[in-house]
Amino acid sequence: MNVPADTLAIALTVNGEAVQANVPVRQHLVDFLRGALGYTSAHLGCEHGVCGACTVRLDGVPVRGCLTLAVQADGATVETIEGVTASGELADLQAEFVARNALQCGFCTPAMLLTAAELFKAGAMPTREQIRAHLSGNLCRCTGYQSIVDAVDAVLKRRAA
Amino acid sequence: MSLLGKSVPRQAALRHVAGRGRFVDDITLPRMVHVAFVRSPMAAGVIRGIDTGAAAALPGVVRVFTGADLVGVCASFAGNSAAVPQLRSPPEHCLAVVRVCWQGEPVVAVVATSRAVAEDAADLVQLDIDSTDPAVDPLAALADNAVLVHPALGSNLAMEARIVSGDAAAGFAAADRVVTHDFNFGRHTGMPLEPRGLIADYDPAADTLTVWQSHQAPHQQQDVFATLLGIPEHRVQVICPDVGGAFGVKLHAYPDELAVAAISKVLGRPVKFVADRLESFVSDVHARDHRVTARLAMKNDGTMLALEVDDIGVMGAYSTYPRTSVGEGMQVIMLAGGPYRLAGYDARLRFVYQNKVPTSAVRAVGHPIAATITEQLIDFAAHDLGLDPMVVRRKNQLVAADYPAKAPGGVRFERLSIDTCLDKVLALMDYDALRAGQAALRAKGIYRGIGVATFVELTSVGAGFYGPAGINVSAQDGATVKLEPLGRARCAISITDQGQGTLTGIAQIVAERLGLQPDDVDVLAGDSRATPYGGGAWASRGLSIGGEAAWAAAGAVRDAALELAGLLLQVAPDTLDLRAGQVVNASDGAARMTLAEVARIGTFRQDLLPPGYRPQLGATRHWVPREEPYSVANGVQASLLEVDVETGFVKLLRHWCVEDCGRVINPLLVDEQIRGGIVQGLGAALYEHCQYDEYGQLVSGSLLDYLVPMAAEMPDIVVAHIETPAGGSALGAKGAGEAGAGGAAAAVWCALNDALLPFEARVTQQPFTPEHVLDVLAAARGRQGA
Repeated sequence: MNVPADTLAIALTVNGEAVQANVPVRQHLVDFLRGALGYTSAHLGCEHGVCGACTVRLDGVPVRGCLTLAVQADGATVETIEGVTASGELADLQAEFVARNALQCGFCTPAMLLTAAELFKAGAMPTREQIRAHLSGNLCRCTGYQSIVDAVDAVLKRRAA
Repeated sequence: MSLLGKSVPRQAALRHVAGRGRFVDDITLPRMVHVAFVRSPMAAGVIRGIDTGAAAALPGVVRVFTGADLVGVCASFAGNSAAVPQLRSPPEHCLAVVRVCWQGEPVVAVVATSRAVAEDAADLVQLDIDSTDPAVDPLAALADNAVLVHPALGSNLAMEARIVSGDAAAGFAAADRVVTHDFNFGRHTGMPLEPRGLIADYDPAADTLTVWQSHQAPHQQQDVFATLLGIPEHRVQVICPDVGGAFGVKLHAYPDELAVAAISKVLGRPVKFVADRLESFVSDVHARDHRVTARLAMKNDGTMLALEVDDIGVMGAYSTYPRTSVGEGMQVIMLAGGPYRLAGYDARLRFVYQNKVPTSAVRAVGHPIAATITEQLIDFAAHDLGLDPMVVRRKNQLVAADYPAKAPGGVRFERLSIDTCLDKVLALMDYDALRAGQAALRAKGIYRGIGVATFVELTSVGAGFYGPAGINVSAQDGATVKLEPLGRARCAISITDQGQGTLTGIAQIVAERLGLQPDDVDVLAGDSRATPYGGGAWASRGLSIGGEAAWAAAGAVRDAALELAGLLLQVAPDTLDLRAGQVVNASDGAARMTLAEVARIGTFRQDLLPPGYRPQLGATRHWVPREEPYSVANGVQASLLEVDVETGFVKLLRHWCVEDCGRVINPLLVDEQIRGGIVQGLGAALYEHCQYDEYGQLVSGSLLDYLVPMAAEMPDIVVAHIETPAGGSALGAKGAGEAGAGGAAAAVWCALNDALLPFEARVTQQPFTPEHVLDVLAAARGRQGA
């Protein structure tokens, strides 16, 4: 199949910076973030929407970056873990991940942090089982998940205190 | 306080949580081009023709390579071993030339200015392959009229091996009872989340090849590229940057990766290939895929007499290069029955070729199979004899007086802790209370199972393995430690770290020797040019072998620093010590000068030193196990689960592991290694399955079809340790990386069959899908009805 390399002009905000680009209409958001902008924290683990390693925020909501076209981000605000790190929003969770070794190879980690962050927005205090269920769209092949659950649980409790 | 045994977090973790990991696909080089492969769509066939015209004409395509184009660039290769001369391994090419032998075998490489264009062009390549019947049934593979994977070999038998010790026949003759079971260990794969990938950059002006590769063993790959591409080894540099999980999958030399290096040599520019997930499933090595029939001879009092094992392992289409694919089967017959006293042992292994993805070493090579056979048969025997399974274990397991012991399969056990690990896990899980609870719940129609499985683990393979096999894989590792002029240290080491945290352990070891903090030590690894030659990461060797090298190198630097300090302070060096960044009196700990001052003078002010004296604040040391062939680790895992006999679903409730990896250098990191390994083993037990249809097509080749454990299905895991230091070493560490994966599935086998006891149903194949559980329940009902 020979897809014509048509492009469209898009304008968006990525990690607080205005970006304008001509992107191939078939290019997904992660290839755009990684290739055109150099935000390499969004990782491609499967490119079919299962592993979750490509998770980024689109207008504040976590999305599968491999199932989102770059042109769909036109006019939107996109955040990756690089931007979230700079803002300090998840500094406590990031520190807890390090302290508990809730990551090994680190390939799933940026996406795991962004997914876990949704639990902080909800304002509720999820049970351990609810944390596990919430994280079940993000595959980690190294840790066995327990330390990730522990880290999220600890920060939720600390923030609620 | 010693840094050894302290839970120090990882420096590398700080980068990863900030999104600053640097994986192969994150690297871009000037004039870099991208490869997409056209892979065989069929399991077996003969290549009649390949039309690349339309692909080559697509704008953005640089060149299209067939197997014939690369035959003169990359030599053929075969996974042979001088130590296993009966292994028959046909030559393989980086791109198929005449025949295709598995669905997914690379046939054509399309090079373009972007991966997207390369994929577009790959779709335009026309393969003309005469499809032939594939060999897909392992049990039919050895029949006289079997379809042959490699007709030139005359049969599908890749190799056969037999290990006999004692008198098995006498044991079976004397038995009061013989338990027999058929085991089918489903094919699964390591599936690191970051797919395999590399950038090869050949510079024709200098005749140098630089490769950035997501791999565990940079020095092995330096040797492979140098040998197969005909480039002097000192002009080949292999760099392994951050590696997103490996688990043995990234230990081999894959044809597609060799093709990428060959293409770079032809084009004289950097070439990148990163596998996508779909091609990973049909090209990464798979593991297990063994059918075992095993028999255990017992006395009525629970004494184990003899064990017989008949294992048919599926090698897939080829024996992998350069390490071969025999390891899994060999370790099965070397380790089955290992933790127990057996008067007779007879184990046979046959490896068969099939038109499927090659199998090879993946985390815990052979260990899960050996442990499962042994532990499951003991449970069945205990049940048949009316004994508690733990009573049978205690009666037969190795105890302190048995060491050094020799396993039935011939492996020497210097000293294990089989009995104390069992004691500890039973106490941790409160075994008796769980049994009581199980009985009470059964009365209410709730079926829980308790499984306890002992395992032994061959870690830190010594000099006697790959060397005599004629395979250029280093059993030795090396470390260079340097004292930097302002008092910090650097260590360049040949072991590698794919997230295990090994390099943090190395920093702890170096810091301990030099009286520094781990943060004061920078560790460089994953670079065949910049580090001493060594093995990398395989068989859980990082801390137990690399740690010894680092300990020795840092010790030499420590000696040199104290010698220099002694000169400056005009005291004997052995009256001094290094603590907290200071040179202190060994006697009273009083600070005499800073280590930084020693380093500064040693680096910049040799003019202050006695005539002829030259400081040596850097040292390289190597270490290889010589006293023992392996550092044998051991442990016990236990599983509590519940099976829904209406739906066949298995729910894991809790899991325990007591593990003995010798001295624990960093408990935090070791525990997390164990937990991660356990979850991979649980995935193998319950979910993960590379399923082939009768045409040799992989039908579970996406993450929608190949199920990997997610957070919700996994139980909390209790981890504890017994520490039996490894002999012949300074630190006493044994490998810890494979223990989790080595014992988890065996515990689940035992637990599930324990849960099914009231129905007299026994599972025979992993993964334990609901369908299989319902099948064995229905079969049991049928037997009882008949």
